[in-house]
Amino acid sequence: MSSNSTLYKKSKFRPFEAIIEWIIRLTASFSIIIIFLIFIFIFKEAGGLIFGTAKELKPKKAVSEKVQDKSEEKVKPEIYNPETGEIVKIVEVKKLVKAKETESQSIWANLFSDTWQPVGKKPKYGIQPLLIGTFKVTLVSLLFATPLSILAAIYCAFFAKAWIRDIIKPTVEVLAGFPSVVLGFFCLVTVVQGVYSTTQFLQPLCTNIADIISWILPFSDRWIHSALTISDFHYSAVVGGIGLGLAVIPIIFTISEDALSAVPNSYREASLALGATESETAFKVMLPAALPGVVAAILLGIGRAFGETMIALMATGNAALFSWNIFHPVRTLAATIGSETGEVQWGSLHYNILFFLGILLFLVSFIINALTELFVKKYLSKKFQGA
Amino acid sequence: MSELLLQKKHSSYYYVKSKLSTGLPLFAAIFLVLLIALLLLHFIWHGAPGITWAFLTEAPRNNNTEGGIFPAIYGTVFLVFIMSLLGVPIGTATAIYLSEYARQQSFFSRSVRFGVNTLAGVPSIVFGLFGVGFFVQFIGKGIDTAAQTTIWSKPSLIWAAATLSVLTLPVVIVAVEEALRNVPQDLREASLALGATKWQTIWRVVLPNSLTGILTGTILAIGRGAGEVAPVIFVGAVYSLPQLPDSLADQFMHMGYHIYVLATQSPNAADALPLQYASTLVLLILAFSLNLTAAYIRLRIRRSHK
Repeated sequence: MSSNSTLYKKSKFRPFEAIIEWIIRLTASFSIIIIFLIFIFIFKEAGGLIFGTAKELKPKKAVSEKVQDKSEEKVKPEIYNPETGEIVKIVEVKKLVKAKETESQSIWANLFSDTWQPVGKKPKYGIQPLLIGTFKVTLVSLLFATPLSILAAIYCAFFAKAWIRDIIKPTVEVLAGFPSVVLGFFCLVTVVQGVYSTTQFLQPLCTNIADIISWILPFSDRWIHSALTISDFHYSAVVGGIGLGLAVIPIIFTISEDALSAVPNSYREASLALGATESETAFKVMLPAALPGVVAAILLGIGRAFGETMIALMATGNAALFSWNIFHPVRTLAATIGSETGEVQWGSLHYNILFFLGILLFLVSFIINALTELFVKKYLSKKFQGA
Repeated sequence: MSELLLQKKHSSYYYVKSKLSTGLPLFAAIFLVLLIALLLLHFIWHGAPGITWAFLTEAPRNNNTEGGIFPAIYGTVFLVFIMSLLGVPIGTATAIYLSEYARQQSFFSRSVRFGVNTLAGVPSIVFGLFGVGFFVQFIGKGIDTAAQTTIWSKPSLIWAAATLSVLTLPVVIVAVEEALRNVPQDLREASLALGATKWQTIWRVVLPNSLTGILTGTILAIGRGAGEVAPVIFVGAVYSLPQLPDSLADQFMHMGYHIYVLATQSPNAADALPLQYASTLVLLILAFSLNLTAAYIRLRIRRSHK
């Protein structure tokens, strides 16, 4: 649609009009400003970690220096151990001081380690399990949602009669209207049981297969059994992934259906005229033509699954395990922020790290969105120009 | 060549493939529709018996296993009301800019569009962090130091509403822009021909003709805002409250958060299950009635301008 701005011609300078226009421009820039503000303020709150100014990182040095001073004043008379002839205590104190100093330097090493245990005497902030967990859940949700929604979109765009389309599209929009907390609750009460009984049902089969394989290839005995052992956990990446899939289906379906319907009808007519069947036309002509839109739909789906909080919080078990098994419970980045930010002391290092996770989420969603814009706007519009 | 083609057509591989490529999409569509129908029926079946007048008007009792959810409904309605007051004017102005003032190719209008799209894609939990970092810790603290108070620099209803209004901004913008574009060009031309200025045309002709569109945007934003839990978890929603919130600086109970708490942090989840289903159904009815109203208004706008 063309802009309405061409309709109005500039004739005379009117101060009131100019002021109004600037007010509206200013308000319109709000969306851009908000993006910047989100970026600035999440960085600011994560600043304690990024610039190393968090209380846990800095004042510790001061405290330890005091300890050192004190130790040198008071402990001095005791440091000399006459039996062994060694200066024991001051060495220990110095070691302690050194350990505390290196702790502040090694926060980044801590951050990329493999254990997430933010509460405790020695908090561990390794985000590796969170990254793996997010990856696993997103993967499962895509495996569930993508084929289903793209096939349904193909059916809707090319095969369905008008009245069937009028049933399917609003139904999927109903799914889009489900608040994510409701989907999470659904997973909690039904999907968990379904997945659990399915895995219990499949376990003997998997064990048998593992037995056979290990009989044929004896050296693979140990890892084939562990790989084919479905865990006994109720909550897992699979349950969460199905829940996230439910949230992602409407996005992938709607956008890819739009992209498929936007392919010019001349493509279809040409293909049919050449003797291709309806299904060949759909899969070999229309789908490739609409591919940028479909890819954009999948990308947006990834973005949604990646950042979804409530479903991940309720259905994945929320245990930060370092494991690649999709039947183990997981803890995603978003769920970590959601469950811990409410309880953490504001301004502490843990709080800074949660905001750091927020930066990761924001950046990923930003990149995905930019990629999508590129795919849809540049590629698709060029492709169908003049068609 | 034609022989080859014919042969291929009659092979069983080709037969199976052609059946699959028409059958799979149909199967996927049926599966999807059945799945969604099942989801809806599940909640209606389990939730409907629990919805009584007392349930809607009483406060929760006995560790959330008895009583109703009135404080949560009240908090949610209060929240989305403030949210629309904050967000709808800004969203409408942005839509007016995009539809009436912007030149399509200008850098500024493209950046605004990019900003709106990006905003729509930011995970809701990040808005929650933004609410803490910007509204509570920055603006709230600023007001407190300026006015010598202590009530604003903590999570509260006003900051949750502000956070949600930012989150729902793209929804409002998209809906209002569509409505503005649906106003026939003739009306603008007629107004301008009669000597009205640009702003007079927008204010007196375009906006009154797209009021229903603004309403649609508001309703859609409310539907979205009422269901979002992640942004309000740490910007003001609480587990339970002794009394209803009566000022903007109070904390509040929230329908979605209430469901989350009942489902995951209840000491006796089994006892609370009927109430959980009933609360979920109330939230669903709220969301769907809003969405349906919006869809109906949209349909009417489209028909009336055809």
